[in-house]
Amino acid sequence: MGDFRTPLARVRGLGSAKSGTGHFIAQRVSAIALVVLMPLFLVMLAKHAGSGYEAAAAFVGSPLGAILTLLAMTAALYHMRLGLQVVVEDYIYKPGTKAALLILNTFVAAGLWIAVLYSVLALAR
Amino acid sequence: MATKPHQPLSPHLQNWRWHATMASSILHRATGVANYIGAVLVSVWLVLLAAGPDAYGVWEDLNAGPLGILITLAFIGFTFSVSFHLLNGIRHLVWDAGIGFDAKGSNLRSILIIGGAVIITAGIWIVGGLV
Repeated sequence: MGDFRTPLARVRGLGSAKSGTGHFIAQRVSAIALVVLMPLFLVMLAKHAGSGYEAAAAFVGSPLGAILTLLAMTAALYHMRLGLQVVVEDYIYKPGTKAALLILNTFVAAGLWIAVLYSVLALAR
Repeated sequence: MATKPHQPLSPHLQNWRWHATMASSILHRATGVANYIGAVLVSVWLVLLAAGPDAYGVWEDLNAGPLGILITLAFIGFTFSVSFHLLNGIRHLVWDAGIGFDAKGSNLRSILIIGGAVIITAGIWIVGGLV
């Protein structure tokens, strides 16, 4: 039997899930934030984190250190969840494996964010 | 019409002649994944820090032990990874504005960005006196 459907009927529902633009914009907006935040955070971290527990805890617990750590790590975890999602979608073809990795990616990013949030607030004074 | 759609296939890695724009494109993905691993480690480090001096001692002992040299090497790798992803990420943002698609300039910028990331890494570790 031939396919009697019209060309339009054949492609309906197969294309974009209509959420790509939001992903694209979110990836870029978090990138713009990270261009500023990440160098600041890593330079401060390198300066304070290398000389023992007291200095590291004091830095992460200070107002500037805590806010900078939370801003940088929040933007980074959000940005990397979006980025790795695309990598998985591009290279993993098996539907089950793909779904499992996409879910794992979300769990890792969300779990790390909660862990970072708790840790920084616990150190804050 | 066939049941399986004939999707366009791009030639696989080994069929391409190695060139700068391709290297920078692949590096952007590779460094992105490496930075993901780096962010996991920073998160674990923050949790150890919050858990107190005893837990943090595990990290300090690891650094002082035989694995210390490997950790330093990983840090140098992460410095390059973040530097490259940041520089090439700025380039991606400029591309989004529709600027910077000429072939010759793209090749040059790929080389400059890879070189720039190496220079930043060397600057931080050698001039910064960390090594």
